[in-house]
Amino acid sequence: MTYKKALNLSVTFLLIFILTGCASRQKIEQVLFGGGNDNEADIVSNAIPGSSQDFTVNVGDRVFFVTNSTSLDDDAKAILERQASWLELYPEIDIIIEGHADERGTREYNLALSAKRAEAAVSYLESLGIGSDRIETISYGKERPVAACSSEACWSQNRRAVSVVIADN
Amino acid sequence: MRIKIRYILTVIAILLFQIRFPQAALEINVNDGNLKPLPIAIPSVIDKQGLEKDLGFDISRVIASDLAGSGLFYPINPKAFLENLSSISQKPNFNSWRVINAETLLSAELSYRDNDIVSIDYRLWDVVAEKALVEQTLTTSRNKWRSLAHVIADTVYTRLTGEKGYFDTKVAFIAESGPKTNRIKRLAIMDQDGFNPRLLTTGNDLVLTPRFSPNSEDLVYLSYRNGQPQVYIYNLESKQTYVVGSFPGMTFAPRFSPDGKKIIMSLQEGVGSNIFEMNLSNFERRRLTNTPDINTAPSYSPDAKNIVFESDKSGTQQLYVMDANGNNVRRISYGTGSYSTPVWSPRGDYIAFTKISKGRFMIGVMFADGSGERIITDGFHNEGPTWSPNGRVLMFFRESPGESGGSMIYSVDITGYNEKLIDTPGFASDPSWSNLLN
Repeated sequence: MTYKKALNLSVTFLLIFILTGCASRQKIEQVLFGGGNDNEADIVSNAIPGSSQDFTVNVGDRVFFVTNSTSLDDDAKAILERQASWLELYPEIDIIIEGHADERGTREYNLALSAKRAEAAVSYLESLGIGSDRIETISYGKERPVAACSSEACWSQNRRAVSVVIADN
Repeated sequence: MRIKIRYILTVIAILLFQIRFPQAALEINVNDGNLKPLPIAIPSVIDKQGLEKDLGFDISRVIASDLAGSGLFYPINPKAFLENLSSISQKPNFNSWRVINAETLLSAELSYRDNDIVSIDYRLWDVVAEKALVEQTLTTSRNKWRSLAHVIADTVYTRLTGEKGYFDTKVAFIAESGPKTNRIKRLAIMDQDGFNPRLLTTGNDLVLTPRFSPNSEDLVYLSYRNGQPQVYIYNLESKQTYVVGSFPGMTFAPRFSPDGKKIIMSLQEGVGSNIFEMNLSNFERRRLTNTPDINTAPSYSPDAKNIVFESDKSGTQQLYVMDANGNNVRRISYGTGSYSTPVWSPRGDYIAFTKISKGRFMIGVMFADGSGERIITDGFHNEGPTWSPNGRVLMFFRESPGESGGSMIYSVDITGYNEKLIDTPGFASDPSWSNLLN
């Protein structure tokens, strides 16, 4: 990006910073480094088809759940349908589905709950024709949150099943 | 028995005077949470040779700290003492101890046998009746002096409360470091009072939920070392680790049986998780539950006849008791909210649990039949109780909210009184209390 563009961006971010004085540092970092600007466009266009980057960015690697639930809503099903289409396109690629829970449960229950979430995603992919031999699962319970705050804004991001490409080429 | 040798204290002579005094002045009723602590005078341990500076003083402070920490004793400030004891064989001037309201006096003297060996003579006096209640000599290596102090505190506690002590014990836990989104977790142990913390694993693999074996020689825990979370045993003496059985899926929530010969744990099977028993001598496994629900957190009754566990078969997590062979499952929790992490008291009377209700996480106890539920602590997040070996005190962890939040370990009397933070090097969770070591 040009110097001018960078300067513009900086000013924009400075404004955002001032306007959202109470926003968490994490949020600002997301704005600065995460996406919603030229960066993401670059990733999308540069992702090698069939790569894990392609899968994450162009397909969507994760589905979310409501508290204590392991059922897939329409959004989750839509993402898994896209994952299934992608996996059909690249039959040599296997995935591992990581199940996760938010921090609002006890440790061992959350391990079992997040295992159940991963299995829910597996079942749906299988129903769409993806062979079970291509999908492994692992359960992380509440041990690996992606968002660290203690409110629903973070908990809803942490209740997830994430499909990770393991035979990346 | 190997680790016992490491902690060994050779008891040269034990003379427990079983004299019962007609006046129950010195009988502490531990069931009353609001009692007045018993005043006890604990002078610095007499050290005539004085080979190690402050050792006598340090031993007396650890004993005082243990007893005060129980909430049942009130160690009198040594500055108030009128008599300076110069030898264990010297009979105390009881009047000078009564004047400062001491009801009991612990006098002790140490001597050095070899470079590394210390011997301690001590006497517990009933100041009112002017009688010795306990008279004992203990010998140990000098670097085990804290353990020696804990043993003396246990003996005093036992003599004056009629209950087993819990001071000469260890706590296994998970030492935590790093950011909340990528926490490093390591297996660790420490003394019951937070001293002598020791890290047992490197932090390369995620580890969770350590639990002591009944002989305190092994820990059973969960590790991700081979990718899938699986149950492992760590031997504290050899520092060797081995996996408990070969299972296709995740194994988790392990605990030893009261005789140490079996492990009960959960095995994930598709969407459900069921409870299995694993015989450690031949690695044969036996299924105890068989439903498509989450059945986990099993814990044996101390007589090994029953198992308490949690299941969401009713729609929410609730506590159930079954016979040790898996038969006769009956629900015991019926309050509002959900119940988790049940653990049977070593006395057999209570079951401690985590209760989740209205977005709050509490620690509570109920009788084994589900009656008499009582909440001991309530807040944003309290979880995972573990019992002291005498069933009088619980440890649990409390997590503070937010990005910089984390877990710390607390102890609390089952009456709900005397809550204390256990000082750990960093964030700490999943405590498991050992049995008495000596």
